[in-house]
Amino acid sequence: MARESLAGPVTPAPPGGGRRRRRGGGDLSRVEAPVTATGLAAKALLLGVVAALAIWAAFPLIEARSWIGLSILAVTTVGIFYLYLSRRHIPAKYLLPGTLFLIAFQLFPVLYTASTAFTNFGDGHRGSQDEAIVSIQTASVRQVPGSAEYALSIATTGDPASGQLSFLVRDPATGEVFAGDQDGLSPLPADQVSVGLDGRITEAPGYTVLNAGQASARSHEITNLAVPTDQGAILASGLSRAYEGRAQRAYEAACDCVVDTDTGQRWYADQERGSFVSEDGDRLVPGWRVNVGFDNFTRVLTDPRVSGPFLETLVWNFAFAFGSVAFSFALGVFFALALQHERLRGRALYRVLLVLPYAMPAFAMLLVWRDMFNTDFGLINRLFGWSVDWMGGEWTARGSLLLVNTWLGYPYMFLITTGALQSIPKELTEAARIDGAGPWHAFRRVTLPLLMVALTPLLIASFAFNFNNFNAVYLVSGGGPFPPDSPLAGATDLLITYTYRLAFGGAGAQYGFAAAISVYIFLIVAVVSAIAFRRTRAQEEVWR
Amino acid sequence: MRTRHAAVATGVALVLAVTACSSDPADPTTDADTTGGELVIWVDPNRAGVLAQFQDQIEADLGVSLVIEEHPPDDLQSTFVTASQQGAGPDVTVGAHDWIGNLVRNGTVDPVQLSDPALAEFPEVAIEAVTFEGQTYGVPYALENLALIRNTELAPDAPATIEELVETGQQLQDSGDASEIMCLQVGDQGDTYHIYPLFTSGGGYLFGTTADGTWDPSDLGVDSDASKAAFEQIRELGEAGVGALKRSISGDNAIPTFTDGDCAFLVSGPWAVNDVKEAGIEYDITPVPPFEAGDTAEPFVGAQTFFVASRGENKAVAQEFVANYLTSTELAVALYEAEPRPPALTSALEQVQSADPDLAKFIEAAEYGSPMPSIPEMAAIWGPFGTAQAAIIGGADVDEALDAAAQAIAEQID
Repeated sequence: MARESLAGPVTPAPPGGGRRRRRGGGDLSRVEAPVTATGLAAKALLLGVVAALAIWAAFPLIEARSWIGLSILAVTTVGIFYLYLSRRHIPAKYLLPGTLFLIAFQLFPVLYTASTAFTNFGDGHRGSQDEAIVSIQTASVRQVPGSAEYALSIATTGDPASGQLSFLVRDPATGEVFAGDQDGLSPLPADQVSVGLDGRITEAPGYTVLNAGQASARSHEITNLAVPTDQGAILASGLSRAYEGRAQRAYEAACDCVVDTDTGQRWYADQERGSFVSEDGDRLVPGWRVNVGFDNFTRVLTDPRVSGPFLETLVWNFAFAFGSVAFSFALGVFFALALQHERLRGRALYRVLLVLPYAMPAFAMLLVWRDMFNTDFGLINRLFGWSVDWMGGEWTARGSLLLVNTWLGYPYMFLITTGALQSIPKELTEAARIDGAGPWHAFRRVTLPLLMVALTPLLIASFAFNFNNFNAVYLVSGGGPFPPDSPLAGATDLLITYTYRLAFGGAGAQYGFAAAISVYIFLIVAVVSAIAFRRTRAQEEVWR
Repeated sequence: MRTRHAAVATGVALVLAVTACSSDPADPTTDADTTGGELVIWVDPNRAGVLAQFQDQIEADLGVSLVIEEHPPDDLQSTFVTASQQGAGPDVTVGAHDWIGNLVRNGTVDPVQLSDPALAEFPEVAIEAVTFEGQTYGVPYALENLALIRNTELAPDAPATIEELVETGQQLQDSGDASEIMCLQVGDQGDTYHIYPLFTSGGGYLFGTTADGTWDPSDLGVDSDASKAAFEQIRELGEAGVGALKRSISGDNAIPTFTDGDCAFLVSGPWAVNDVKEAGIEYDITPVPPFEAGDTAEPFVGAQTFFVASRGENKAVAQEFVANYLTSTELAVALYEAEPRPPALTSALEQVQSADPDLAKFIEAAEYGSPMPSIPEMAAIWGPFGTAQAAIIGGADVDEALDAAAQAIAEQID
């Protein structure tokens, strides 16, 4: 649970960071650093790596003709070289790598998610319209009824690698042999053609029959070669068989529609929905990706089958994140204080035992807990002789989840509290005692406020982490139990597990919609964290 | 951008040529980078080993270098779709036939034109499974379906009906020989796949069929009277009734509970047989029994299938491999040996079943079954239907649960 928050979003300025700025940003740029040989070598090596990376990244960009991407790459690379080859701009030298990684791994994914939220990207709407047209046409190619199946040999006129490609086909039923290219089929003189054991032509006058390797090398052309016939065209099915096929659906650019060549039915391109739709509402698959504006965002709020579970889920989401932090913090502080006591023996051992849950892989532990909650076979019910349907009841499932998450989270709280307690001078509590405060009062009035100053940022980070604690919910309860009247959102679903089910489960992936919900989650967490950090700062002012 | 336009150009050229509207199709694209071609196959780890055994032969026969990439089976479909969309996918991939609807909806697989003799090599149910909207997408190589695996020490006779099964199970429970009546995985979120034989035996159905025998997503049977009647019977077996079906028995513990001897009856597929053998249990395999007054208990039949990726680099070779090469008995037998699922190819099945009588029993059970629907709408079923199923087995009202499930499914489909 909270462990990731150590490496996670904890880095925002320490409390009161705004006032400590004078420490950095001074006149460092005027300091001349001594030049050493190893320093130079390291610099050359690193710049070499940068150059190599830039060249490596340039090729696919050139191939994709992504000139914007290429210019960004060029500007960045030139900028890096300028910065590190010059002897000035020293602070920038330290800032740049972090800034670049921040842009590449933080800013870009967020912007990408946000931009996806404005599209209908998902199953059935993944590619472009062009790709959809190709798919629709290819999928409609069918064998002409009653037509022959041919044994196929791939041949060229002239050089195997570059000569013009032909299909040499033999009808196994009649023994007739033909050569075909894009202009059509022509009969071969049967007496001059040799046929192998498998019924395929091995030699024909004027043609070079390709072997498997030569044919494979021209795979693309073989796939694309269609030998026109009266009924349709002869197409290869692999490298050794050919059939006479016909595409039933064809795209017509004039009407931007797909026409069924048999029935004449038309499906017109609908650029709002990203599909070909017929007048009676029939949609062709696949569709394509289009911009849908704020549709995904408004759907969260206006579609009752989404907004209902969304708000309910949001409430539980807050309760879960707050509860997980509060319970694990309370338990952690309790143990930390208990183990502070100097007369306690074997403190080291206790500490090791207490952090055990933290040392185990959370993933495995969550699965173990899930099994322990099993009604008939689970350890908990067997141990106590109960028959509680833990994961079947709304509140028992929520309670179980909080219990598991507290168990996983308190060692972290215990560790950070133990650390923070070391930094609180004993004199303060002793002074409080002398002033007549009891242990509880001293803790409440002296120790806890000082602890909170140090720990609040970590608690906020922990809250943010638990707000999106996918693993705990997904592995223990799977979001369930699901009320029969809304089988898409369960009692223990967090927004993120709910989103995951929308994006990757149910009726196929809906990335656009899931991205919109992610943006909402991001905004909620950002607002909560911002308010909390503000309050922390105010609190610090009070206790100063 | 360039590749995309080229694809359209060739696609359009293909159609023009194919419909013979034009005598002057565009130039075939000549991509120099296909020389020395590669055939990239994505498979799960079990099959990767088998294909690797045939690597040299395949390379020699097809004139390509074969690249076998292992992918965990759980994510294979979504990885494949995503990678294909970005042009980084394989030429051939292996998956369950019920992926087809979603794969076609995303334009990621091409039809495979099988010759009539090739089609005749497979049982009808296998070809039916890989057929979607009149086209065959891919070649099936193994079939899988549920059957009743019975501990013959505990229950020497195969039950003819569910009622008989429950009676035997209860006797074993009373005598303390078994703690559960039967092991049929339900779990907290239900399990549509495993309940399906009982559901159909009770008369229920998920989708109706159109006149030409294809699934009709507009006829949703989840809340039909027939399905409700089926679930009334299932509810009787559930926690509020005799307790033969329980949510506490899930995919994680169903097989272990059986191999521990805690239940005499396991409803599972060929994948369970190895565990059962290892546990040293005397067992027999029979079709899932129907309700006494019910219809046939139809298990879903799934076909493991090789697909041709439509964005593959080397489609002609991929087609050759799938349509004309995979139909070899030798390869099918080797695939069976890597993972004992009944081969789809009839000749391969005949070859292996004398040494492995279990296979014939699963195939016999498959005869009662029907292919799992491969339409994309099926994806909307699993969640809500499972939820309703779990609720009903837990004792909830049948009407309420199924009406809600049907509504949720219908909302997702439109």
